[in-house]
Amino acid sequence: MNTVFLTIVFLPLLGALIAGLAGTAVFRYAGSAPPAVEHADDGEGHHHAHDGPRWPMLLTTGLLIVIAVLSWYAFFDVAAGHTYRVVVAEWLRSGRLVAPWALRIDMLSAVMLVVVTTVSAVVHVYSLGYMSHDPHQPRFFAYLSFFTFAMLMLVTSDNLLQMFFGWEGVGLASYLLIGFWYTRPAANAAAIKAFVVNRVGDFGFALGIFATFAVFGSIEFTAIFEAAPAMAGKTFPFLGGEHDILTTICLLLFMGAMGKSAQFLLHTWLPDAMEGPTPVSALIHAATMVTAGVFLVARFSPFYELAPAAQNVVILIGAITAFFAATVGLVQRDIKRVIAYSTCSQLGYMFVAMGVGAYGVGMFHLFTHAFFKALLFLGAGSVIHAMSDEQDMFRMGGLFPYLKKTWFFMLVGTLALTGFPFTAGYFSKDAIIEAAFAAHSQPGMFAFWMLVIAALFTSFYSWRLMFLTFHGKSRVSRETLARVHDSPPVMILPLYVLAAGALFAGVLFAGKFIGASEAVFWGKAIYRGPHNEILHLMHETPAWAKYAATVMMAAGFATAWLFYIASPAIPEKLAEIFRPLYLFLYNKWYFDELYERIFVRPAFWLGRLLWKGGDGKVIDGFGPNGVAARVLDVTAWASRLQTGYLNHYAFAMLLGLAALVTYLMMMGG
Amino acid sequence: MHNDLFFAARPEIALGLMALALLMIGVFRKDKSADLINSLSLLALGVAAFMVIFMSGEGKVSAFNGAFVTDGLARVMKALALFASALAIIMSVHFMKWEKMERFEYPVLIVLATLGMMTMISAAGLIALYLGLELQALALYVLAAMNRDSTRSAEAGLKYFVLGALSSGLLLYGASLVYGFAGTVSFAGIATAIKGGMHVGVTIGLVFILAGLAFKISSVPFHMWTPDVYEGAPTPVTAFFAAAPKIAAMAVIIRVLYEAFPAASDQWRQVLIFMSIASMALGAFAGIAQQNIKRLMAYSSIGHMGYVLIGLAAGGQMGLRGAIIYLVIYLVMTAGVFACIIAMRRDGRAIETIEDFSGLARHNKGLAFALAMLMFSLAGIPPLAGFFAKYFVLLAAIKAGMLTLAIIGVLASVVSAVYYLRIVKVMYFDEPRDAVSPMPMELKLIIALATIFVLGFAAWPGPVVTLAQSAIVAFL
Repeated sequence: MNTVFLTIVFLPLLGALIAGLAGTAVFRYAGSAPPAVEHADDGEGHHHAHDGPRWPMLLTTGLLIVIAVLSWYAFFDVAAGHTYRVVVAEWLRSGRLVAPWALRIDMLSAVMLVVVTTVSAVVHVYSLGYMSHDPHQPRFFAYLSFFTFAMLMLVTSDNLLQMFFGWEGVGLASYLLIGFWYTRPAANAAAIKAFVVNRVGDFGFALGIFATFAVFGSIEFTAIFEAAPAMAGKTFPFLGGEHDILTTICLLLFMGAMGKSAQFLLHTWLPDAMEGPTPVSALIHAATMVTAGVFLVARFSPFYELAPAAQNVVILIGAITAFFAATVGLVQRDIKRVIAYSTCSQLGYMFVAMGVGAYGVGMFHLFTHAFFKALLFLGAGSVIHAMSDEQDMFRMGGLFPYLKKTWFFMLVGTLALTGFPFTAGYFSKDAIIEAAFAAHSQPGMFAFWMLVIAALFTSFYSWRLMFLTFHGKSRVSRETLARVHDSPPVMILPLYVLAAGALFAGVLFAGKFIGASEAVFWGKAIYRGPHNEILHLMHETPAWAKYAATVMMAAGFATAWLFYIASPAIPEKLAEIFRPLYLFLYNKWYFDELYERIFVRPAFWLGRLLWKGGDGKVIDGFGPNGVAARVLDVTAWASRLQTGYLNHYAFAMLLGLAALVTYLMMMGG
Repeated sequence: MHNDLFFAARPEIALGLMALALLMIGVFRKDKSADLINSLSLLALGVAAFMVIFMSGEGKVSAFNGAFVTDGLARVMKALALFASALAIIMSVHFMKWEKMERFEYPVLIVLATLGMMTMISAAGLIALYLGLELQALALYVLAAMNRDSTRSAEAGLKYFVLGALSSGLLLYGASLVYGFAGTVSFAGIATAIKGGMHVGVTIGLVFILAGLAFKISSVPFHMWTPDVYEGAPTPVTAFFAAAPKIAAMAVIIRVLYEAFPAASDQWRQVLIFMSIASMALGAFAGIAQQNIKRLMAYSSIGHMGYVLIGLAAGGQMGLRGAIIYLVIYLVMTAGVFACIIAMRRDGRAIETIEDFSGLARHNKGLAFALAMLMFSLAGIPPLAGFFAKYFVLLAAIKAGMLTLAIIGVLASVVSAVYYLRIVKVMYFDEPRDAVSPMPMELKLIIALATIFVLGFAAWPGPVVTLAQSAIVAFL
């Protein structure tokens, strides 16, 4: 089995290296890549064909399909009760700090393995069609494969340092892929934004790692999880107060999770990340990377279970995110942004589950969400592809007759997302709402109501998206309409995989993930405190709370139908009457503007001050430039000594001689 | 052992006779004889070198009742001086034709100067030392003023002569002081005389002798003649000045300090350290302002001599070996650079300002590359030979506990890198001018060999290290 895990983790890296190094070189010499500048205003960029070899793309895709199959094999093996620890090599050893390079395979990582490799394989195949006109395909596929490697490294990590390696690796891949069309300023800005905002979270994450090492003297999961109970309730003094150690570590780690998973306050990069190619949005910004934060909390369940205060923070942030993102999703016009906010919102759901201690439930939603959200994104990509890069839903409408297959996939995705009975979301999302109710705590109840309202909004904006895109009166120009066509098979076939997941993942796996035998299924991968009876309590949820979500789903559908099919005048009127509210939501609660004022501008001001004043005047002034200027002064002085007069020269010689003799006299005397 | 009257001095005697013969041939054949005399002079130097290496006995051999000695140090340094002199003649062949100053006296003077150097190197007493030094110096004064039609050349010769006379006076004064207190002129005798304690008069005499010798290696503060003479003298003469006399004078300094004044090492080490630091610093700083490449090379040589002095001051096997390795590498680098300078002509006019090098790399890739490598090497950038030259002396200084000296050496090399790198920058990044005229074969060869040497030293340092080792092995 060890070979299987090594293969799963390292094949994508191999593919990325081959495609990235050899593949791009082949392309260059094929002379087919047009200059990037021509590509500038070309939207999603399918207009420049290429005729380079296709093997780099086929290679990476092939490898991904292989490891996806292997991952499912590994998943069922681990589900049968096995766990593995594969030591690859010793990474570093410095004093007490020991970090082996090892793969930790338990149920938690096995779930992530199948999610990551399956969606990645699907996205690779889909991209063969979607990116087929792009001149830089080998680079794209190399990035995708590299991302997969980093993500697998993250989920199989055996210690915090290795996790940080993967964590930063996916961040890098995300940055590279958001800015893939690097000739577009918006893409570059979005890439930098994603990177910088994640820096904030990673700062907390890094502090959490340091704190863990300082407290436990180790960063290996096995060791620190075993030592955690002994630390429970202990405090450390800081700034005149006593603080709980585990709570502090958990909050610091959660800060990293908030950045990566785009939680409230650190969410601003995710919608902008939609500047990247749509397959990237599906893979990284819906199914996998953004769930790394959720995974982190689940992995650290032995810590969180002992830090109730931190758990409450997780619940609150998750609930607020779920609600906030859903409200913003209500009014967006850009089809990808709606789905992006939906992702943000769903991640909030997962964190609520984590916070109330229902780790299995949260992981289950992560699992099902990966399928239907990737499906929605790829479906949206199909629409955008067909519409010649149009993303504004208000310039679509009535596309159903032209895009029947895409419509079907979008419908499946929407049903799963809104929690239509017996689809994937119905099992996982509704379970989270129940769990929040079952927590019977103040934060839990707050989260319950937030999530119920968010469920209503989710249903509304999802159906709004469906209606605006596929139904009602067409707002598409005649020329565009003439070109609208369903995507080629290479983009359609992989969607069947996701559609199957979106429809059946709930039915098939609910029993294992959140059913009666879930404790056996998760094994030691998830730790539950002695007082954690959340799954038991979930079964005692009153009926009204159980069906609240389904009712909301229906209500959302009805409203959307009323607004966008029956009488399309209503939303415009509402927007006029509640104009401030509409603008507030449309502008995403003005977070970008707020951050611009309080962070970006002062940061630029400070940066400019340090650059011009600190670096330029002080360091350069007294450092390199100052020294250089003094050198020139000395030089001028030394040159002046060389007068050309013989008597000066002779004088200098005798003076030197006298000085030497005097010096020796003094020394000798 | 052949300690008879003349045996050890046979190469010198032969070279002297040949020089006189050459002079006769020249006089009788008038000015048309330059080519012939050039060839014959090279032959004479070759013969002398052959005799130095193969016909001067083994180990330590002396002549003239101990006033003249041939040992490992003498053989190696003489061979180097002969080699440098030969290069100076080879480099002059075309230059003299271009400048219309072909004269048979030039090679003969070089041969006579070389004879003086060989005598200096082998001197085992103050009188032999002065004889050799003066023979060498008189030839050099004339060489500096070779281009009689040029006021600058005449000025260079005159300045060199006056200041040289002053330095000779200092040296003689010091020698008489030492003789007065020690009662002998032989190095071995002086060493015995001062073993038990040194009169202050001997210290003063030592400083005066060192001042006279420091003038020859253009060490600060006895360096003032260097830039003016380097600039004014015809370029092949400058090339000669930059190499052979420095080697000879360094050999003499080593011999005087280690054979005559080992007991006064505390005193002379202070003097060497002072001169070393002053030379490195002045060479580094003053070089930056130079526009004329020959003047720049003058400051460069001042600085490099400072580094050689580090090796001398550090002393011991490592220090002296480092100093001699430095001299060998310096000799090759300087020869290469001056060959480049001589080779660079445009429209029948020599190029001497650094501005004229601009964009050289566009039309003369090979030449620019060679000069760039030589400049990098002079600056001491690894893995070129110049780096190892500095590395060995600095290492010796550190081992000898002279950390401050080593640090100053490193800092000075950073500053001096400015003007070496500027030349590379001008050649590679500035607006190109016209190509330079094609160069003759022998210059190409010298440049190519020098470049190969600086590039290949790191891979094959053995021969140079062995040579330096053989120079000092019997000496300490």
